[in-house]
Amino acid sequence: MLTILRKELADYFTSMRCFILFLLVFIASAVAIYASYHGIREAAIDPGPVFIKLFTTGEDLPSLTVFIALLVPIIGIALGFDAINGERSSGTLNRILSQPIYRDSVINGKFLAGIVTLAIMIGAIILLVGGYGLRMIGVPPTAEEIVRIFIYFISAVIYGAFWMGLAILFSVIFRSLAVSLLFPMAIWILLGIPASIFNPYISFFVPAVSDSVSVQLMVARLSPYFLFEEAMTVLLIPVWRGWGLLTSVTTSSMLPNPLSLDQSLLIVWPQFTVLIALTAVCFAISYIVFMRQEIRST
Amino acid sequence: MGKKIVVKTEDLTKKYDRVTVVDHLNLQVAENEVFGLLGPNGAGKTTTILMLLGLTEPASGTAQIYGFDSTRQPLKVKRLAGYLPEKVGFYDTLTARENLRFIAELNNIGYAESEPLIEQVLKSVGLDDVGDKTVNKFSRGMKQRLGIADVLVKKPKVAFLDEPTAGLDPEGINQIIDLIANLPKMGTTVVFSSHRLYEVQRVCHSIGILAKGKMVVQGNLDELGRDALAKGRFRIEVETAEPSPQLVKVIKKIKGVSNVEAKGNVLHITTDADLRAEISKAVVQNGVALIQVKIEEFSLDDIYMKYFHEG
Repeated sequence: MLTILRKELADYFTSMRCFILFLLVFIASAVAIYASYHGIREAAIDPGPVFIKLFTTGEDLPSLTVFIALLVPIIGIALGFDAINGERSSGTLNRILSQPIYRDSVINGKFLAGIVTLAIMIGAIILLVGGYGLRMIGVPPTAEEIVRIFIYFISAVIYGAFWMGLAILFSVIFRSLAVSLLFPMAIWILLGIPASIFNPYISFFVPAVSDSVSVQLMVARLSPYFLFEEAMTVLLIPVWRGWGLLTSVTTSSMLPNPLSLDQSLLIVWPQFTVLIALTAVCFAISYIVFMRQEIRST
Repeated sequence: MGKKIVVKTEDLTKKYDRVTVVDHLNLQVAENEVFGLLGPNGAGKTTTILMLLGLTEPASGTAQIYGFDSTRQPLKVKRLAGYLPEKVGFYDTLTARENLRFIAELNNIGYAESEPLIEQVLKSVGLDDVGDKTVNKFSRGMKQRLGIADVLVKKPKVAFLDEPTAGLDPEGINQIIDLIANLPKMGTTVVFSSHRLYEVQRVCHSIGILAKGKMVVQGNLDELGRDALAKGRFRIEVETAEPSPQLVKVIKKIKGVSNVEAKGNVLHITTDADLRAEISKAVVQNGVALIQVKIEEFSLDDIYMKYFHEG
């Protein structure tokens, strides 16, 4: 499996696709730095640690977190959509499988290589913005901020792994590259639509619950996009308290001080678990389908 | 024979969506021979090979290579057997050498061992001068030869080549056939599928003909040939300037001639022995100008056509 992992990584890093993705990453970082350059002065007045605000502020421009939430699915899909059917159509799959290796090491190796590539890309964005931001504002991060950013990094990788798992799943099921690219893309767009759009439909079918905020939230949480955004918000904006209904009495008595790391983690734990579960499900299905699939190319 | 049987199937059956593709196939290949798997498209040749390699599970029956069950011990089988798929593909962005190195790594061949081996294998298929070119610049024939190099890198005991000559020009076919013919000397048994009879006839020691998933006939090429050709009889064609009914009668009287048929200027004569000398003498003595006398050698076509019509 290590051989396949190594080969896949070498493939990724020498491919045009990866070059373009890295270019995207750099552009995103540049824009994010520009955005935080403009927003950080005002944002620093608000309570909470300063350094971490580099990632979430951006006056009118989208901040880095917005970029990552947008970019990561694209990277994930781009890395995974031709994993299996690409090999199949180029005729290399049956050649590889006739070597003395277990069939699962092919798909495992590909998945791992994708995760490593994702981690390098996301790590590159975060470090680029962090590094330049540090030069820019001159406020070093505290240990807690570093941990928060690291956890955010991991959640972004898991989020990317979900999209890659989804793309790999379609690449196992469909023989055509175009289909396996379009399907995860369509799902991405569908899930990226704000859940509020669906509220009228919900109220049409089940009028009684339509006004309930918790129902709307539940619908929204079906989307990994929303889950990731929630996780990101809690992790990177320590003053964030969570969702659900808060009466004005509660909010007025709340102190606007940042939560400690373990409290933030506690809030975000369900989102985290669901993201991991979704990724695992995607991978497990593609794994099972691949293991049972016929190898014939024709 | 007394030769060791290294590839064996017993009642091997495969069904796709209730259509039986391979039907109770019994196949035996002896060590160090070239075995030709013949049959029209869709006869189940590829499926049989895939089952022998453990890449596809049979519905029933067993496939064995060197005594290892292909379904139960696929890794052991894959260590011994090399496979050249019908549509062989390589990683286009890698060089020929890198492609082979990857396969060597998958076979746990260390770097120290694999480098000279790759060199040697590339040389044997005549690709040593383009080994560092990326595969997307290769022609179809070069890819096919690289495919054979790819099989050889793992030093297989058995090589399964699925239509290795499909889509090649005559020169490419010759190169591949020569490579195949040399494999048994290197201790590799070859099973290759084809529907080009001429190639099979050139290199195969024994053949098996498949039709609709069933083995129609299997055995040594020479024996099958004699068998196929009019039950051991000889067929002689005599072309004359102007055959007369008189001549036909005379030839019929020659001892050993069992049948004479006139088609235009050509007489088709069936005999028990090679009677060319006697027949030409008779023609000349009857005052008819002799143009040519030809004895029909059996070809695989005859075998193929014969069993095909029966099957």
